[in-house]
Amino acid sequence: MKAWPALISGALFGLGLTLSGMSDPAKVLGFLNITGEWIPDLIFVMGGAMVDTFLVTPLVTAREAPLLASTFSVPGKQLLDRRLFGGAVLFGIGWGLSGYCPGPALVSLLCGYKSTVVFCVAMFAGMALEGPLRRLVASS
Amino acid sequence: MWLLRSLSRIAGISGIAWGSLAGPERAWHWLFLTGLMAGGLLAHNVIGQPMPAESAAPLWLIAATGLLVGLGTRMGGGCTSGHGVCGLGRRSPRSLVATATLMTLGVVTVFIMRSVTGGAV
Repeated sequence: MKAWPALISGALFGLGLTLSGMSDPAKVLGFLNITGEWIPDLIFVMGGAMVDTFLVTPLVTAREAPLLASTFSVPGKQLLDRRLFGGAVLFGIGWGLSGYCPGPALVSLLCGYKSTVVFCVAMFAGMALEGPLRRLVASS
Repeated sequence: MWLLRSLSRIAGISGIAWGSLAGPERAWHWLFLTGLMAGGLLAHNVIGQPMPAESAAPLWLIAATGLLVGLGTRMGGGCTSGHGVCGLGRRSPRSLVATATLMTLGVVTVFIMRSVTGGAV
């Protein structure tokens, strides 16, 4: 019962990312290159998605419960901290260097390029390293 | 949005990707990722969207950026989709800070790289 929404949401997301050009690293880097020859197309992709979620999310969460689960699982209100900021800094540098972020990289895995495979493997490695690194920093 | 409406989940790709390997309830994570890739295939093979060119960056650099992105999403609790799209939609202050930070760093990184390499990479 829960399978179809997950599958269909994924497929819609994948279609959107691919058709909009978000999965093309050259285009992403062009979008981030605002001081040079800026390629502004992607602002409509991200901007459009933001407007969409901004308007629709309150309508969805105003319902008492989701259709297929008992409660809404949304992240709680946590504090702004150095960890959040640091994570976003590292992410931004990685994104700006390669033009890949998680969604587009995974969506283009099946294109058969070495780069996307290497990126995804390294991304999972980075995710797995976070726990041990955090404990290392906490204990020192 | 559909994911939030029916299963009450946030469609942040990095969180879903990590959850497919590490979290409880791995089944729907895998289904979402399967759908994600199927969506890409559909766009290229059925709708006829041309495949993007492979990144020109050397593989060691790609690996390093993958590490940074992976580490960054776990530390920061989200990526472009989780913070940028879903988080801003929920009016989350954390997501606003994260999105502004990662966009800024992305822009600065591209600027520095283009200045250093003369636009080669």
